[in-house]
Amino acid sequence: MGEPTGSFVRSHCVGSTAVIYASDYLNKLTGERIERECRKQLDGGCRALVIDFSDTQLVNSIGISILLGIIDVAERSGARVIFSDVNAHTVELFNMLGLTRHVVLVRNQEEALLSADHTASEALPTSH
Amino acid sequence: MDPTTQKLVHTFESLADLGQEVAGTGDFSEMVRTSLHLLLGTLALRRGAVIECNTGLDKTTCLSQWGIGDDYTLELVLDQKDHDHLLNGSFFVLNSELVDDLSGTFNPLYADELRARGIEIIVPMVVHGELRGLVLLGSKASGENFTEEDLGIVRAMARHIGVGIHSRRLLEQIEQRAEENRRLYEELRDIYSDTVRAFAAAIDIKDKYTQGHSERVGRYSEIIARELGWSEQEVEGIKIAGYLHDVGKLVVERDIINAPYRIDAKASSELNRHPAAGFEILKPINHPYADIPLMAKYHHERMDGRGYPEGLTDEQIPLGAKIVCLADSFDAMTTDRPYRKRRSIEDVIEDFRQNTGTQFDPKVVSAFCRALLKELQGQARDKRITRMLGKGYLENERAASLVQQLIGEIDPDRKSNSAGAA
Repeated sequence: MGEPTGSFVRSHCVGSTAVIYASDYLNKLTGERIERECRKQLDGGCRALVIDFSDTQLVNSIGISILLGIIDVAERSGARVIFSDVNAHTVELFNMLGLTRHVVLVRNQEEALLSADHTASEALPTSH
Repeated sequence: MDPTTQKLVHTFESLADLGQEVAGTGDFSEMVRTSLHLLLGTLALRRGAVIECNTGLDKTTCLSQWGIGDDYTLELVLDQKDHDHLLNGSFFVLNSELVDDLSGTFNPLYADELRARGIEIIVPMVVHGELRGLVLLGSKASGENFTEEDLGIVRAMARHIGVGIHSRRLLEQIEQRAEENRRLYEELRDIYSDTVRAFAAAIDIKDKYTQGHSERVGRYSEIIARELGWSEQEVEGIKIAGYLHDVGKLVVERDIINAPYRIDAKASSELNRHPAAGFEILKPINHPYADIPLMAKYHHERMDGRGYPEGLTDEQIPLGAKIVCLADSFDAMTTDRPYRKRRSIEDVIEDFRQNTGTQFDPKVVSAFCRALLKELQGQARDKRITRMLGKGYLENERAASLVQQLIGEIDPDRKSNSAGAA
């Protein structure tokens, strides 16, 4: 695993995948920090973003809006967004609002990295 | 939780957050940005913007945008038709597939561009019958059409944001006007103060031996009041009272005022009319500070009741008049008169000692001595008393210890730390 990056947002890189940890309450302040970190990782060439919600109890409307912004930026960069370790209440919220149409939802970080790895290999150019 | 209940809870939470945001007093741009996030997050809309309509149709300002490109600048000009449509509370729908037809076609000049940026509906923010702005919204992340319920939520939240913008702008205007009023008041106060100073100089011109006396009495009074902890407004008032304390001398014959010898009883009686005459002159004027006429009237009263014009005693004499009295006496003793030279600082301190409690109020003498001591001990930032007394007057080795000793005698509480107190 790579070195943690970012002074406020916990994150690390595994190959071309960035794992970013959401905080306990995803609101404007923490959401914007995560969004900045995601942009930084995408600008640095990441092909997949794993957002780890294991510490997150609550996501409010501001958090939803910022997550949609991250999805938007990732889509424009051709990168995939994977949410891991999301609690049941938040999964229901994401489902209800349609966020799950744009991201892959997995149980834990291990599955997330496997999913990201699969995505990366799909994206590899085929040699003839 | 079933999805309908969950959606309701999510919406109510957002509305509560939005209410708190628009009612707050934080940064305006932050308020708009957060409000936009709350609106977008409530229905999981992927993009949006908040536009403010300025006065006139030709100007709009984008206050916040999300998901439509950081490098994109939204510039809209509303024509009368669009303005009227929005003022009526109606939406514009740029993609009729997403919403049932709500009628109205937005200016095609912008509609195509906005559609290309992912904007689907334009929602007016109408506050008190005025179009405060627009909220531009993109599609739902779920890909579903907007329901009537969704549009109701959008309408309510947009109105909330509009009220927030309206209130903040109103507050800005009020603050701006309050600042203008404060500045005008300051100017008026300066004009008043300058006029009074000029008037004080005119009073002193009548007495060739006491030029500058009224202004110095004003300044000494100001120093004493400040030392007593008076408010800035009160300090300004006592300074003005000092400037005007001798205005009644205008009605006293010049020969009496300028007599080069000690005047006789008759002339003295004539001269003693000046405090009451000053009161009559000052009474009809609407001064911005309290009790200025009374301070002029009673500045020759004494604690022991032997003063004039009314022979008041201690508590009957306003504190302001007691301050002006000491300032007046101090200036009289420290300036040359036609029949004597000015007295030394040692003599003046001795005079204070002899007359404190009979002529002068101990609190006032103590305050003045403390201010003087600070200057003598180099603890004052501005040596105003020293400057008024002129170079060399206070260069007396014993002055500081004499002043300190007097403070200790008349105000024992301050004996140990006289200059540092107050």
